[in-house]
Amino acid sequence: MSMPTYLGMPAFPAAAATALQDSQLRRNLAHATSAIRVKRAAAVGELSDWAELRAAAKAIKDHTLAHLDVYLARLEERVVSAGGQVHWAADAAEANAIVVSLVQAAGADQVVKVKSMVTQETGLNEALAAEHIHALETDLAELIVQLDGDRPSHILVPAIHRNRAEIKDIFLRDMPGAPADLTDQPSDLAGAARSYLRRTFLHATVGISGANFAIADTGTLVVVESEGNGRMCLTLPETLISVVGIEKILPSWRDLEVFLALLPRSSTAERMNPYTSTWTGVTPGDGPRAFHLVLLDNGRTNALADATGRQALRCIRCSACLNVCPVYERTGGHAYGSPYPGPIGAIITPLLRGVTSPIDASLPYASSLCGACYDVCPVAINIPEALVHLRGKVVDAKRHGFPGPERIAMGAAAWTLRSPRRLGLAQRAASGSRKLVGRRGRIRRLPPPLSGWTRTRDAPAPPPESFRAWWARTRGPGNE
Amino acid sequence: MRIALFVTCLADTLFPEAGQAVVRLLERLGHEVAFPMDQTCCGQMHLNSGYRRETLPMVTGFTEAFGKFDAIVTPSASCAAMVREYHPALAASTGDRALARDAERIAPRVHELSGLLVNVLGITDVGAYFPHRVTYHPSCHSLRMMRVGDAPLRLLRAVRGIDLVELPSAETCCGFGGTFSLKNPDVSAAMCSDKVSAVRQTGAQVLCSSDNSCLMHVGGALARQETGVATMHLAEILASTESAGGGTVSSL
Repeated sequence: MSMPTYLGMPAFPAAAATALQDSQLRRNLAHATSAIRVKRAAAVGELSDWAELRAAAKAIKDHTLAHLDVYLARLEERVVSAGGQVHWAADAAEANAIVVSLVQAAGADQVVKVKSMVTQETGLNEALAAEHIHALETDLAELIVQLDGDRPSHILVPAIHRNRAEIKDIFLRDMPGAPADLTDQPSDLAGAARSYLRRTFLHATVGISGANFAIADTGTLVVVESEGNGRMCLTLPETLISVVGIEKILPSWRDLEVFLALLPRSSTAERMNPYTSTWTGVTPGDGPRAFHLVLLDNGRTNALADATGRQALRCIRCSACLNVCPVYERTGGHAYGSPYPGPIGAIITPLLRGVTSPIDASLPYASSLCGACYDVCPVAINIPEALVHLRGKVVDAKRHGFPGPERIAMGAAAWTLRSPRRLGLAQRAASGSRKLVGRRGRIRRLPPPLSGWTRTRDAPAPPPESFRAWWARTRGPGNE
Repeated sequence: MRIALFVTCLADTLFPEAGQAVVRLLERLGHEVAFPMDQTCCGQMHLNSGYRRETLPMVTGFTEAFGKFDAIVTPSASCAAMVREYHPALAASTGDRALARDAERIAPRVHELSGLLVNVLGITDVGAYFPHRVTYHPSCHSLRMMRVGDAPLRLLRAVRGIDLVELPSAETCCGFGGTFSLKNPDVSAAMCSDKVSAVRQTGAQVLCSSDNSCLMHVGGALARQETGVATMHLAEILASTESAGGGTVSSL
């Protein structure tokens, strides 16, 4: 599997250190995430049966994932019988090649796109550009990011790292036909983007989308959005191509109801999102005349084979976990080296791509395991549990090689900690050295690998006596 | 009630005063405290760093040390959560069925101090005296794994003389996260910096928590910045009375 635009990314700690120095980014993110956190909590608090909805969503997804073979075959059959065509893509390169050939067959050199995570995952825009096909992002925030030659930094709010003054500058610099007197008022910015996008919608012959859900029973695809630009892309072009991960499937419309209650409240803190588009194959005289569904694996079956990791495939891309994550709030999304940032990205990316590259091996460690993500997840993905599981995979992948300083230190610590006698001896040695290493009970500087700690924090010097030594002295060693 | 103390390797080695306070407090409340000398560590640091294999002997050691006790208390929500949430599955993964059975049996008997006092023993007023301005940081694992809710705050509110002030954004992580603080030192420091600001806003003289790990982290920054704010474990404040300790703040 590949995510072409993210090759060669530095490991998370280095990328995060760079992001932490960006004062405007810190300010924009703290402002945006704290606002959405409060709103989400209020929207969720309105539903007395939130816990039951969450349990139902988890159960529906788990059932579907356990019977994915059945539901995928059913979906294909229903889409085909409704006049659509279904294509299967094992990886990103296959998916992109299918889309490129479909666009070329339609004779188009430009496509309009609905906001889609999966086509970022496959690097579709770059693959189209290589064949001289321009892909225009029509989601307002995606458009901002695309015009700026930047990358999205949030699943739902791709330009969350930008404020309105920065967006005005991007439009004036990069958007054809932007009015010279453009202000940074949100209505002005939206108006400028609207008139730019309307011109392209009317001329587009091919639209490309992802999907939030695919309903097996009827072969219906569902896109949930706020702006209506998605609906323009889904209805105006003659050809519609939808690229969808195989985990997006739901058995029936009854199941969809649960998710339409959970998703808007979790993502935008709305009771209901403004536009929910559904389509089933093609309808003569209404909407696209050709519909292609590209079903993508790209590492998903590997994730499914991982008993602890597979829960990540329940994800509905709401981004609630990003908004509550204290790490994401300070680093932003780019440091995660993938279209999937934040806590969910820290598990999904290594599950899809493996843990061999430096960035992928660092992602499971990009969390303090505070658990705020698990609390808000509408499909109850135990992200901390999955992170710990993936850390084990990272360590195990390196076990056959020559041990580095970390493995030596952890091995020595484990050897000491599995014996009460050795722990007691180590404590006595530490207490003996307390005058040497510390001053007034504090240590100002430690050697690597502990030096990162003392750069900003003192460390406690060992006490004159450990607890167990105190107990043995005051209560007698035999007295338990 | 006979209660076994799991002091944790961190408090045993670096913060013995927290363990001593638990002993003083429980004995003052009329309970008998046992300290199994065979205890070492719950294995959380190794498991959470990816060293699952190295964790298993510690799970075995814990299970053997505490197997005969009906109630186990620890001054760490984080270590209590490790035993409750992860030990049974880790023990089962060894293939040793007796060990797995024992770990399963012991897990629910392990209590974080405030949970034991409020939810098991049904006490909120422990008769403590501590005439100082205190703010309380609820550790992530006390909130989101042990689900102690407001038990620590109820205990603190009942302390005579205390001036308990609310910590802004209290439920946000302090950025310790075990080896996270070493593997991602910059992000950890950024999180800690915001926690320090919140603590300073309260004007508190003492930052209190039910985990020495958070206190070591935030306290390390408070000390480095010469703020003069002391850190004390919840047990130390609850153990403090007019006669015992006279309600004095621990030295910086």
